[in-house]
Amino acid sequence: MKNFGVVIILGILIIGVRNVTIVAIKILLVSISAGVLGSILGLGGGIVVTPALTLLFGVDIQHAIGASLISVIATSSGAAVAYIKDGITNIRVGMFLEIATTVGAITGALIAGLISPKLLYIIFGLLLLYSALAMLKKTKEELPEEVPLHNVAKTLKLQGEYYDKALKKNISYNVDNVYSGFGVMYGAGIISGLLGIGSGSFKVMAMDVFMKLPLKVSSATSNFMMGVTGAASAGIYLYRGDISPIISAPVAIGVLIGATIGAKIMQRMKSKTIRKLFIPVLMYVAIQMMAQGLGVKL
Amino acid sequence: MSEINKDVQGSSKDINEVEIFVSKSLRFGVLLSGAVILLGLTLFLSSGEGGYPGSTYPTRLRDIFAGAFEMKPFGVILAGLVLLICTPIMRVGISALVFLKERDWLYVGISAVVFFILVSGFFFGK
Repeated sequence: MKNFGVVIILGILIIGVRNVTIVAIKILLVSISAGVLGSILGLGGGIVVTPALTLLFGVDIQHAIGASLISVIATSSGAAVAYIKDGITNIRVGMFLEIATTVGAITGALIAGLISPKLLYIIFGLLLLYSALAMLKKTKEELPEEVPLHNVAKTLKLQGEYYDKALKKNISYNVDNVYSGFGVMYGAGIISGLLGIGSGSFKVMAMDVFMKLPLKVSSATSNFMMGVTGAASAGIYLYRGDISPIISAPVAIGVLIGATIGAKIMQRMKSKTIRKLFIPVLMYVAIQMMAQGLGVKL
Repeated sequence: MSEINKDVQGSSKDINEVEIFVSKSLRFGVLLSGAVILLGLTLFLSSGEGGYPGSTYPTRLRDIFAGAFEMKPFGVILAGLVLLICTPIMRVGISALVFLKERDWLYVGISAVVFFILVSGFFFGK
């Protein structure tokens, strides 16, 4: 991945710096930071990309959402290479929950025209706020303690272990509340289908707050799943012409670089630190969502 | 705790194989799509033109790949983006195959269901 950077710099020198090139470089830099943040928190980077494109670069919302979807998929695949290789991603948990998110995504796409999403915004905003509060209680704990192994989790072999590079030891963990987690994931899928986002905040919440997985596993697995949810609706956005090549190209490359870096940084961070980063972001998304539901512009 | 450890160790070898293979296939997808997008972006920035009239670009798969083969910058970029979009879908398909090879029927079923939902979403989504 480091080669990408070198190639880009060489490319710039050869081409000579023109206006379009400068804008592309700026988008690239913003996207690198989006990829870093997205891969650490398991959120996909749409949180950074969408407002940056609309506010800083004057891109219209339609093309910004298209690019945000690309950033979600790029974060997912870029970070997953490292997370899976290092055994942090729980592939079974991810694959099992993807049933809920993909069915949810299709439900969301189908009901998008039928109902007003305002009520949904408020409900999901409240749910996020609840989980932010639930997370506040956990700011002192590094790993979940005394988690029972749910019956269904046992049948599905969902429990696992990973090597924590910050704690320098192997962590084995159990999985609880499979049904609630599955339900929240279905909700996350609906949100994705409605809004064309990865809805990583819901995915992390389902795994962290409900299923009681270690935060790093939740974040890495959320990242892993997000690409699938994103890909489920990307085709529709592509046909509609929402994915603009000029905007999406620097976003894709930047996020791929950023996600690769972020996946390395996250493993060396303490879960407590990650959580402290995560809670304000979660509250921001919750408030923004409720404001949208109430028709208030922030 | 001892029970957990036993369970994990019992299947850890299988899981590792799945993980390594899925990780490798993802890396391949990421590098390939990244390289194609970068090529397209370089072509666009050096020529200053997208290869299509005005600021338009193709939105259908056939037109995108036709454009890419003619080395039209926007066609190349979009082809790379399509490859990027395909990586997670390919990853689900590959997981199903690896679980199949390891005779983990439960997860063959689960991966197959996800793959089926994904593909069907493409056809009747909208």
